[in-house]
Amino acid sequence: MALPGARARGWAAAARATERRRRVEGTGRSPRPEPASQRAALYVHWPYCEKRCSYCNFNKYIPRGVEEAAMRRCLVTEAQTLLRLSGVRRVESVFFGGGTPSLASPHTVAAVLETVAQATYLPADSEVTLEANPTSAPGSRLAAFGAAGVNRLSIGLQSLDDTELRLLGRTHSASDALRTLAAARRLFPGRVSVDLMLGLPAQQVGPWLGQLQELLHHCDDHISLYQLSLERGTALFVQVQQGAVPAPDQELAAEMYQGGREVLRQAGFRQYEVSNFARNGALSTHNWTYWQCGQYLGVGPGAHGRFIPQGAGGHTREARIQTLEPDNWMKEVMLFGHGTRKRIPLGTLEMLEEVLAMGLRTDVGITHQHWQQFDPQLTLWDVFGASKEVKELLERGLLLLDHRGLRCSWKGLPVLDSLLLTLLPRLQEAWQQRTSSSVPGG
Amino acid sequence: MWILVGRGCGRRHAFALWATGATRGRLPGPRPAPTRGAAAESWATDRLYSSAHLKEKLDMSRFPVENIRNFSIIAHVDHGKSTLADRLLELTGTIDKTKNNKQVLDKLQVERERGITVKAQTASLFYNCEGKQYLLNLIDTPGHVDFSYEVSRSLSACQGVLLVVDANEGIQAQTVANFFLAFEAQLSVIPVINKIDLKNADPESVEKQIEKVFDIPGDECIKISAKLGTNVESVLQAVIERIPPPKVHRKNPLRALVFDSTFDQYRGVIANVALFDGVVSKRDKIVSAHTQKTYEVNEVGILNPNEQSTQKLYAGQVGYLIAGMKDVTEAQIGDTLYLHKQPVEPLPGFKSAKPMVFAGVYPVDQSEYNNLKSAIEKLTLNDSSVTVHRDSSLALGAGWRLGFLGLLHMEVFNQRLEQEYNASVILTTPTVPYKAVLSSAKLIKEYREKEITIINPAQFPDKSKVTAYLEPVVLGTIITPDEYTGKIMVLCQARRAVQKNMMFIDENRVMLKYLFPLNEIVVDFYDSLKSISSGYASFDYEDAGYQTAELVKMDILLNGNIVEELVTVVHKDKAHLVGKTICERLKDSLPRQLFEIAIQAAIGSKIIARETVKAYRKNVLAKCYGGDITRKMKLLKRQAEGKKKLRKIGNIEVPKEAFIKVLKTQSDK
Repeated sequence: MALPGARARGWAAAARATERRRRVEGTGRSPRPEPASQRAALYVHWPYCEKRCSYCNFNKYIPRGVEEAAMRRCLVTEAQTLLRLSGVRRVESVFFGGGTPSLASPHTVAAVLETVAQATYLPADSEVTLEANPTSAPGSRLAAFGAAGVNRLSIGLQSLDDTELRLLGRTHSASDALRTLAAARRLFPGRVSVDLMLGLPAQQVGPWLGQLQELLHHCDDHISLYQLSLERGTALFVQVQQGAVPAPDQELAAEMYQGGREVLRQAGFRQYEVSNFARNGALSTHNWTYWQCGQYLGVGPGAHGRFIPQGAGGHTREARIQTLEPDNWMKEVMLFGHGTRKRIPLGTLEMLEEVLAMGLRTDVGITHQHWQQFDPQLTLWDVFGASKEVKELLERGLLLLDHRGLRCSWKGLPVLDSLLLTLLPRLQEAWQQRTSSSVPGG
Repeated sequence: MWILVGRGCGRRHAFALWATGATRGRLPGPRPAPTRGAAAESWATDRLYSSAHLKEKLDMSRFPVENIRNFSIIAHVDHGKSTLADRLLELTGTIDKTKNNKQVLDKLQVERERGITVKAQTASLFYNCEGKQYLLNLIDTPGHVDFSYEVSRSLSACQGVLLVVDANEGIQAQTVANFFLAFEAQLSVIPVINKIDLKNADPESVEKQIEKVFDIPGDECIKISAKLGTNVESVLQAVIERIPPPKVHRKNPLRALVFDSTFDQYRGVIANVALFDGVVSKRDKIVSAHTQKTYEVNEVGILNPNEQSTQKLYAGQVGYLIAGMKDVTEAQIGDTLYLHKQPVEPLPGFKSAKPMVFAGVYPVDQSEYNNLKSAIEKLTLNDSSVTVHRDSSLALGAGWRLGFLGLLHMEVFNQRLEQEYNASVILTTPTVPYKAVLSSAKLIKEYREKEITIINPAQFPDKSKVTAYLEPVVLGTIITPDEYTGKIMVLCQARRAVQKNMMFIDENRVMLKYLFPLNEIVVDFYDSLKSISSGYASFDYEDAGYQTAELVKMDILLNGNIVEELVTVVHKDKAHLVGKTICERLKDSLPRQLFEIAIQAAIGSKIIARETVKAYRKNVLAKCYGGDITRKMKLLKRQAEGKKKLRKIGNIEVPKEAFIKVLKTQSDK
């Protein structure tokens, strides 16, 4: 289904106007009258890359030639189908991820956005993020994406050291990245994020902190710090296995992370999530939806979603995974209107587990109100208040449980996975106690 | 002293050692005139016995005592004992001469692999010499001093031994140990120098060693190649000429020595017996001197080497007996059997097996417990010398504490569990039975004895309640090329050993004797010795009782909490080293936790070693790509499941692998 360019430009133009107003007047967001079950975030996966990065095992393909028109049609079709299926009335954010979505044409991005705007309410101030690779995104292209409706950029800068960039198999240099960053800031002031990796093979703490300091001279209001995880099946993994490259040092990575948090805190950034830092309120609302276990639709090959298929009469949230391989996915979309490969209904306990694991990644953690939305009966106090092991974590100052809710301390956040190994079994236990005690009572 | 019975089969021979003592009361005196006659004549045929002939029940009365020789072959590992046995079996027609006769008597896989004999086997050979039919009973012995009690019982059924020495390697530690066992039993020793076909064979020099170390004239050595069969016939001649027939009385009431036993699923216990007096036949009622239980004999026979039933067994003969015994402990090695209502003086030397090395055995996975249990039961059916006690460890789950005669015995047992029963086991570092002499009246009353044996470190009594601690010691023999002597002496010293003797057995080989605390050799002494001597030194040991020792109980603490399964009894001088090793192993295997862990080794309140495991600093996955929470949740839940199975010491979670790493036998100390 081809979209008339005028309508696509229509939403984007309106959105830009609202954006200007928001920045000038400092007005808040549009009101959210719809219940949570009728709101969702939308993730769109562009599966293609120019070149394989040495560390990446994500679902991406290096095509000989992309039939972009076909891909575009399929993304649009699947977005329509899933929006209908979900019964979602309002889409609060759109995220174009990949792969390298900045390799897609701005026209494709516009077509998807227009579809969403047609099918549901896509407020003009909705966050629309595009992941951009420095080399595939010169300034002129970025402007075209802006015209298509993108209002936030996430730049995969990864490192300011050319040797490291080569090790990672990136196609750009540090100066390419800084040039793209500067262009992006001119186009999307206050709405540009950069990714910086830490814990690379042979990387040392001092020089890495130096990179971060340098980045602070150039960056906007959002930074993500990611620790390299060596994944099986990647070129880097093989190099480390063969001894050609030293294994990443976990101890040093921990030091970099700790040092990086401190540097960013002093620079006025709020660590609002494990890997994400923002100042001037520039948090990513799209990712925030993930951590708050809001609904999201996943469109594109291998995309993940979590929503209640209300449009099909469903009442249970489902975890959904789309078919991984682009060609097969396209065939399915053309045949059935969507490429959903797997649907797993999520029970309340599973939802609560996700609320716990995701929510604690954020600085606000899980508020009592937030928890109550998922389980009105069992409170955070009921679950964690009496546990000896949880008490020990509280006493060690790793975790906080108070009138606001449950959250990690500054000290606890970096070891969240260890905390969860105590908290998840406790939740399961409390859940079982409740279900078994509720049986005799009816 | 004694009169040779076999006539015309060569020269008379009286072995010097034979005349040295009469302590056992078995010294052959002047022998009654040979009662030849019907028996010998009926077997006048020159034909060797084939298995076809043996199908009919043999009348063993046809073998008079003077035509019987009972002997063993003793040798260091790999010197060719089993190959010589094969040749003797072939030569006497006991087995067919084919290329496949490789170590016929070594039935177990572990025996063939390691070149050792674990389970003694016996074979009766028929040999015709100058018109006389001889019954030669080859009583095989276990090939290691771990089994010295079994060896001594086997030897007590013999009158002579073939001492096999490799013409290439010369006398080795085990040769010496074996020789002295035979010497003490006052047996005729026939030195056999084997492998003379090898390129580097030096039989003359080995002859000299034998003269020097054993005081046996060099011209008594028989030089053979068992592999090629060279000169093996003369070994048989020597057996007839130089070994006396047993001194026994067929007319006396039955007196039979149990020198081995095996268990057969269908027939029950098969006891290997040597008759010192009397006759035994089917339906006889017999009594065990040890248990006083009475049995009816179902079957008697000879070993050929497989069981071949006969009508009767007569004094001087060696064979097997089945009498409805259900358990090998009913046929203990060294026990005496006699006829019901005709009690006799039991044969001397009987003792119950005494384990010297203890180790915990646990299934790798607790779901394997029952399989392992049945495997252990089956193996111990055939080996009553292994003691079995149920044990359980908080870390390793339910298992057993097994007692073994020695290290090799333990290794062989473990190997058999794995090979024959496909069981995967965790074998903990072996310990030795320490003793404590109690001074506290209260404790003496409690234990009802003054001297107690400590098997479990948890029972180790406090120093204030004892007058002394004792540790088992062994007399070790090391034979090595001279160039390694220095290094070996340093090694022995580090193992708290005291030198007792040192002599050159030829121009460049030295024999060292050391008194070792047994504990010092149970872990990796043998490997260290082999490695510092490029494999040339040999080692063997014999029990030497107990000596006082400054023993201490060492605790291992994790953040101040004692880890019960790691409590160790150790000599004061070794505490630091052992403590440090355990702490280091724990450090390497304990996963990081949310807080720092102090690993300490302590004696009482004194800390002697310490290691630290730092706290986790970061273990949160950076990114959840594209909203893929499912994978992350799965991983977390799996880890949480695993965490439930961890043992907690205080608030520290210790995975089973960490305990295994510390407790398991390992030789990389």
